[in-house]
This record gives sequence, structure tokens and C-alpha cells, in this order.
Amino acid sequence: MPKVTIDGHTIEVAEGTTILEAARMIGGEVAPPAMCFYSKLKTSGGYCRTCIVKVTKGSEKDPRPMPKPVASCRTPVMDGMEVQNKTAPDLVDARAGVVEFLLINHPLDCPICDQAGECHLQDLSYEHGLSKSRYDFKRREFEKIDIGPNIKLHMTRCILCYRCVKVAEQVCDTRSHGVLYRGDVSEISTHIEKALDSDFSGNVIDVCPVGALTDRTFRFKSRVWFTKPVDAHRDCKKCCGRSVLYMSGQEVLRVSVRKDTWGEVENTPEGNPGWLCNECRFEKKSASDWTIEGVRNIDRHSVISQNKYLEVKNLKIDVSNQKLIGEKAHN
Amino acid sequence: MGRKLLTEHIKVPGIRNLDTYRKHGGYETLKKALGMKPEDIVEEVKKSGLRGRGGAGFPTGMKWGFLAKPEGVPRYLVCNADESEPGTFKDRYMMEFLPHLLIEGMAIGSFALGCRSSYIYIRGELMYVFHILQEAIDEAYAAGLLGKNILGTGFDFDLNVHCGGGAYICGEETALIESLEGKRGNPRIKPPFPAIKGVWGCPTVVNNVESIMAVVPIIRDGGDEYAKIGIGKSTGTKLISACGHLKKPGVYEIDLGLPVEEFIYSDEYCGGIRNDKKLKAVVAGGSSVPILPAELILKTAKGEPRLMSYESLADGGFQTGTMLGSGGFIAMDEDTSIVKNLYTFTRFYHHESCGQCSPCREGTGWMEKLLHKILDGHGTIADVDLLWEIQSKIEGKTICPLGDAAAWPVASAIRHFRSEFEEYVRNPQNIKKDHHYYRVNNINPELV
Repeated sequence: MPKVTIDGHTIEVAEGTTILEAARMIGGEVAPPAMCFYSKLKTSGGYCRTCIVKVTKGSEKDPRPMPKPVASCRTPVMDGMEVQNKTAPDLVDARAGVVEFLLINHPLDCPICDQAGECHLQDLSYEHGLSKSRYDFKRREFEKIDIGPNIKLHMTRCILCYRCVKVAEQVCDTRSHGVLYRGDVSEISTHIEKALDSDFSGNVIDVCPVGALTDRTFRFKSRVWFTKPVDAHRDCKKCCGRSVLYMSGQEVLRVSVRKDTWGEVENTPEGNPGWLCNECRFEKKSASDWTIEGVRNIDRHSVISQNKYLEVKNLKIDVSNQKLIGEKAHN
Repeated sequence: MGRKLLTEHIKVPGIRNLDTYRKHGGYETLKKALGMKPEDIVEEVKKSGLRGRGGAGFPTGMKWGFLAKPEGVPRYLVCNADESEPGTFKDRYMMEFLPHLLIEGMAIGSFALGCRSSYIYIRGELMYVFHILQEAIDEAYAAGLLGKNILGTGFDFDLNVHCGGGAYICGEETALIESLEGKRGNPRIKPPFPAIKGVWGCPTVVNNVESIMAVVPIIRDGGDEYAKIGIGKSTGTKLISACGHLKKPGVYEIDLGLPVEEFIYSDEYCGGIRNDKKLKAVVAGGSSVPILPAELILKTAKGEPRLMSYESLADGGFQTGTMLGSGGFIAMDEDTSIVKNLYTFTRFYHHESCGQCSPCREGTGWMEKLLHKILDGHGTIADVDLLWEIQSKIEGKTICPLGDAAAWPVASAIRHFRSEFEEYVRNPQNIKKDHHYYRVNNINPELV
């Protein structure tokens, strides 16, 4: 079993594990961010370059450092490998460069984007981005496309992570989804805008790290942090039927897969990825369709958990320090 | 006078046809090779010190030695004829006039590596060369030089020409393999390398046209004989496609180790700079290698004369050196604008980026827009600094070397000719907006 040291933490992992997976086993700050890698999808990763790390020692046998930063999601660990992630300032700088590249053509329309609050690119740009863009040219724009009755493709926001293409390839039974053109005008598209017609096509929404693919049954209904996520399940012949319902009162606003710490779909107890079928996702929009298990445990740092029920702290409002703005401000 | 190992008979009328080619000793080497042991052929290539002629300069014999040989799995030799680097046109010239030399080289290489069928992947724009090659292959089949039981030795070998769609990125070996398989030409993420998993998951060697052609004289004369030509680790002869402001541009076969000064100024080669002007800068190995000003291309930073060899051109690293690359030698006279030239290169890389990984996809377009802004007279000094920053963020962060190839010209142009950028920024009123330049370059409505 190869031993790998990442940012000073040593871990022993199985043969063939990638650096990113090893870092995720250590957890916390050590794990590099990943926009395109998705452990449940084969051949994903390697495109976005946010997960780059510096290999300062190749292996016990060949201790030479690697000449360039490597994509940790696609590089398997070697015995005795030493990796720097957060501890190498030049690497953090390089990653900030990658984030800047991802943002130059992104519309930054978070205030009207349904993904806001659970967007990986938002997290990444808070962490690494500049406060002001250095890009003063026209940004790339595309028409919005309806992919079938339930999914909206907003290509302008896309960062071309290819995750949805891999879902179409591996989770859906027919592939009618891919990439057109090349370079910075390449776009995700269905074959001649044909509807993605598969029982599992809705999962492209959950794998999208940004707001490029959104649920048409949820669009503009609510901000995600105003909803209450609860775990629920139902008997479904097609899929595992394990979901998170985003509720407002007794109303189910959205149904999505259960996601783990890394924003990826959770495995079922049997060990398969818990993808949802379109019937469960788009049609079962009533609380009576589901057996509700209880509140969803959401990371307390997430914006979704703000003002929520997990550890509701009594807010002590000190009114004495507040200033009146205008005469009738407090009426 | 350099030796002509590849181009010896290129001027013979009708050498494109099999009969004429055989009259001049063609396919004799194949006969000799089929009488040798495959391992001995690989050994000869190793001894010759032949280095890949496509740009990276990796030793061909070593590459052949790395090829995995699992039982029961076919192996493939693929010839990379997707030559699309601006300034490089040696392979097209060779294939156009000597298609049989390539076929002979492919047959020898495939025999050495144990391949039963091999491919020539040719660039889509070279359709007429594709037809020439196909005709030559048909001739060879008819004469029993390809197909079943070649020359009665029991060696079966099929050669196919595959025409690409015309993408620069498909010259990257893994993108070439994807394209050959009929997929979108995106580079694969390595490892696994093609020597382990290449075409259809089988072990594959991808070699440049010139590397494969060079195998023929190596087997004919022996690897040791070939290694005597050249200097140090740069052995043999190399085709250089010289273009730009030269008196006699064209494809030249040189012995590696020829002084750059002799190559530019002697009458045997380029004959000096057009209209007897002064040399300003040289891009020595195709558009992706760093540009060097005249004083650094003729002499190294240490003051030694610069030679046309892998080591000498790379002397001084990227600070004061460059690379031999694919041999696309572009000379520029004193009237050339480095900024305009750089814009042309950057526009090319932006257009050819496959869009798979973010630094190259977004960065190349950004650099093009910034350069356009500077050329239009709206640039600032901050833009020049930003340009430098962008290229440093692209270099080494991408899946394939296209990102590096886009970043190096920008880096070297700013490193050696920063004053010229500043001149554009400080005195925009002096920018010559000649019609030709605008007609050619303002075709992209997004930028206007």
C-alpha cells in the first residue's frame, strides 16, 4: 500500500488511488478544490485545473519532483510521494490564476442565478478570486436552451467541466448530449437541441457545479437558503428513491440527490451512486409522495444552513446601538 | 556541403512514381530490413541517436523501446502527418514529392515493432497530398510491397492513410489517436501513455513523418554511420523549412550543428535577408518556440556562435535561448513589427485551442483581445504587464503542450522586445494602420 504525504499529513491508501482522493481521506483544508472531477463518473476530471498540486517528491524509487503542477484528480499516488497543496504559495497563486480564467467569461449573475448558495464556483471565487475582474472585454454569451420540459441549459454560465456529458454517457441509457465547436466558443449541447430523453437525464442538474443546468420546475421559485432541506425516500422501481426535498412549509419546491461533503452524490447502502430518476425528481412534488426521514444535515458553513434549525442560536439584538435613519425608520 | 540523406533524389522528375523511385534505390532498404531481426532494427535506430523531428526531440529508438508488447494484442505505428504549425512545411514537401520514402519507412518501422497494420494521419487541409499518398500506396500494393507476404518474406502489413478534419490540436499525439478513432480530437490525460494504451486501447507509437523517413537511411547505412553526422546528441540531418524575409526561402536539409549564421547568410542555404536589410529576430523552430533577437540567435549569451542543433539553440534556457522544435525557421527583417507578428501567432492559438482545459481555453482568447487592444492604440502599460501575467498562468497548467506553445511566444516577445510594446502604448498616433493588416485581422467581429 503506497504511503503519500500531503501538506505534511501522511496517509496509506490503496494502489491506484488518486492524489485528490487521498487528500479527501485526510479531509479538511488539505483537499484541493475540484470543479470537474466527480468520483462517481468514470473518466471525469483533468479539465478545470483547479485541483492542481505540486509534487515535490515523485516516489521512493524516483524522488525527482514533477516539473509542472499536476492535476491531482487524475494522478495516481506512488509510494513515498510528497505533495504540497496549501503549503506552496506559488501553487496557491497558480490556482488563483485558474480561478480567474474560469471567471473571465462567467456572467457573475449570482443575484438572479438559481445555483447561488450551492455553487462551487462561488465558493471557489470567495476563496481564491480577486475582488475586481481584470477582464474588460465583452463576455461570452449564448441563448438559453430548453433541454426537454424539465431542464434549462444556460450556456453562458457554463465552465465546460464535462460532468453532464459524462452523466449522459454513463448514467443515461442513450447519449444525445455532448460538446459542439472548440476553444472558447465550444458549447454543451444536445444533438440538434434534441431533448435529453432519458429517465436519468435530470441528474445533469445535480452534477453541474454552476448554474448552467437548472431545474425548470424550481427556477425562480425560491432562493435555496429560504428552503428547508429534509431527507426523504420512496419506493421507486427505476431508482433508489433516496432524495433531499427542499421544502417551504408543506410544499416541495425541489427534489435533488443526496450530496456528500464534496458535493457529490451519496452512495446508497448497497454502494451504488444514488442517482434519481426523472419521475421522482420532477413529478413527485407533494410531501405525501415521500416518507420524510428528518432534517438534512447541512454543513454549518454553507449559506443554506444560515438561520436554520440545526443549532438555532438566540440572536441577541442590541437595539440601543442602532441608529435611526430617517424619522420614521422604526416607526 | 551538407549530406542529402532524405532529399537526394527529390528533384528527379517522376520520383513520385514507384518505377522511378525503385530505379534510384527505392525499397532496397526494405528488402534489407526484412532480412534482419526486428530487435536489430530497433537497436540500429537506438544507435543512430535519431531524435523525434516533430518538435519535442525525444529519442525515437527509446520511444520504440518503450512500446509495450503484451501477447495477443495488436500494436500500431502511427505517422503524424498533421503538420500545421505556422512556419513549418517540411513534411508536406517531402510527402508531396517522395511518398514512397514514407511508405518504405512505415513498412520498416512496422516490421521492427511487430505491427500488422499502421496509419498515416494526414492533416485535412493537405487533401492533394492525401491523394498522392493514396496513389503511391495503391502502386505499392500492386507491386507486392504492401499487403500479404511482402517480397516473399511472409510479412503481412497493411498501410492506411487517414485524413483529419484540419485541426492543429490533432498533431498532439493523444488528440491524434482520438481523432483517428473517430472521436472529437481532444488530447487525452496522460498517463497512460500511448506506448501502453493508444489507438483502440492498444500499444501505439506515434512518430513524425521526418523521423519515419530518416529510418530508411539509418537502416541502409547503419546506425553508427548516421550517428557520425551532426554534433553531440544532435545526430543526423534535419529538414528546415525556412521562411520569412529571406532571399531564398524553402526546405533545406542540413547537417545538425550548422552555424545559424551560415544557414541564414550563405548562398548555399537562405542567401541572406531580403533586400539586404538587417535581421531583427528569428523564430527558430515553428511559431510555438520563443522568438530571439538577432544578436542572441547568431551568438549565445556566452558569446559562442549558435549552431542549428537541439542543445545549442536551447543554450541559456528560455532566458536567452529557444528550441529547435519542428524546424520552422522564420526570419524577420528590421521593418517587422514584433507585436503584430505576435498577434498573428496568438490569434492562431486562440482559434486552435480545443477548449478542454480552462487556462488555455480562456487565456488564449484573453491574450488575443489584449494584443488587439494594444495594436488598436488603446493599450496601457498595465495591459503589457497583464499579458505577461496571463502567459505565466497558462504555461505548464494545461493538459497538452498547446498551452505552453501559446504562452512561450508571448513571454519571449515581451522579454526581448518590451520596448516595442511600450512604443505602441505610449505613441498610439504612430501606429501604421495599413490596409492589408486590417483587412486580414479585423475579420473577427467580436473584437472590433
